[in-house]
Amino acid sequence: MGIPLDLILIQTVNGIVTGMILALVASGLTLIFGIMDVVNFAHGELFMLGAYFGVLVLAATGSFWVALVVATLMVALLGAVLQVTTLRPLIGRDPLMTILTTFGISLVLQNYALWQFGPVARKISEPVTGHFPLFYLEYPVYRLVIALLSAAIIGALWLFLKFGKYGIWIRATMQDRVMAQAMGIPVPWVYTAVFAIGAGMAAASGVLFGPMVGVHHAMGLDWILRAFIVVVVGGMGSLGGSVAAAIFISLLEAYASIWVSPAQAAIVSFVVLILTLLFRPTGLFVPTPK
Amino acid sequence: MSAPAAEALVEVEAIHTHYGKSHILDGVSLRVGPGEVVGLLGRNGVGKSTTLKTIMGLVRPSQGQVRLEGELITGLPPHHLARLGIGYVPEDRRIFRLLTVMENLRTGLDRAGVAEARKQALLQKVYDYFPVLAERRSQPGGTLSGGEQQMLAIARAMMLEPKIILLDEPTEGLMPRMVSQISEIIRVLRREHVAILLVEQNVPLTLAVSERVYFMEKGTIRYHAAAAELHAGDAVVQQYLGI
Repeated sequence: MGIPLDLILIQTVNGIVTGMILALVASGLTLIFGIMDVVNFAHGELFMLGAYFGVLVLAATGSFWVALVVATLMVALLGAVLQVTTLRPLIGRDPLMTILTTFGISLVLQNYALWQFGPVARKISEPVTGHFPLFYLEYPVYRLVIALLSAAIIGALWLFLKFGKYGIWIRATMQDRVMAQAMGIPVPWVYTAVFAIGAGMAAASGVLFGPMVGVHHAMGLDWILRAFIVVVVGGMGSLGGSVAAAIFISLLEAYASIWVSPAQAAIVSFVVLILTLLFRPTGLFVPTPK
Repeated sequence: MSAPAAEALVEVEAIHTHYGKSHILDGVSLRVGPGEVVGLLGRNGVGKSTTLKTIMGLVRPSQGQVRLEGELITGLPPHHLARLGIGYVPEDRRIFRLLTVMENLRTGLDRAGVAEARKQALLQKVYDYFPVLAERRSQPGGTLSGGEQQMLAIARAMMLEPKIILLDEPTEGLMPRMVSQISEIIRVLRREHVAILLVEQNVPLTLAVSERVYFMEKGTIRYHAAAAELHAGDAVVQQYLGI
């Protein structure tokens, strides 16, 4: 069987585009886990709410970009409120409690969305409608915009963590929260800020991805599962690892779907997950632990 | 044993601390005056480190009070206490291993209300005391040697411009040359009127740098004396520290 070179190139582009969106969802998730040891099962619902807020703000203002920014900020604020009211009281308790809590939040938010917006999927129209030829395809420019914007947001987060005053606080807290506190870093507020940042990033990816799928109350479910796989494969808590794993897995899935149906191609990510857990449970894309 | 609160910088009154079911501190009382270096001696496991952790707010006492300049601080979160002027250098140093030396220092330096010129002056001061930290400022903390990490841990606490530093076994596992450097920095801090509560296994060093020493046994203070009156070979020292 000959290898269809054009298909491989198309799927490379597709894989990178999906990978960048996935990386955006997963980097918020891995950041929250890395800092707070909280496995945020509500992350997919924050993604979904971001998309819905995007729909509402888009309808009110007519601008996709305004919708993107406002939805991100609204969900970040919601994230901060959720953290202070539900997770902060559980600091120092059994991690199982936070898992149950975020799972509960996810159910509440999902059913709220169903009740508030109904079961019919909403549409977000693409802000950039052009196409460019890619072999025999007319490839939507918007997809490249998504990939670039996701990369820009992740890059901005990285710069903030690397050079910002609060970025240093966050990294110090990630490494040793007790010592961070002893150095005067207000760790409870670092937690809140990190949860808000993660929530905002999930919302931004929800709005960005909205035009490619319908916006509906269960849209987070598919993403959260894939994001969790990415976070584990990338090494829990590692931002760079998550980005690398997101692109790696998305590329593998994209290539696999040249030969099998996309639903079957999803098996690839589970295979990668299982192999990672078996042979390198600290993650594929992090340095070997000493 | 307790003196008037007005003259104490840190005053610990009858604190009891538990880890789960084990009773670690059984009514510890001590005080440290402003700018005073006080040694806390005792065998392993008598509660010296727990005393420091309790003052720092890392462990909450079940009974008793801790005061800073007469104000009750029991139960305040550690980050609040750090801002009030308590610096903490833990036993295992706890350098932020993936942060550079400079970033480690910035964790204490980036407080609200510290002007840029003041930050530079503070940095310059620790770089003068510890030239090796200036050389390694862009290196991750985890790549430093044990002695350099100890210097970084002390320098990091100094960034808070603390009134007191809780110093837990600073010479543990260090080469003799490093040990004398540590005792030198303790003297420097004393000259700058920074109080120190020093937990150490090195008795001669503790007696040399401290003004007073407390001896702990089984979670409580057993003996208290001026350091100048004691020698490492004294019977009382042997009684609380000998094997």
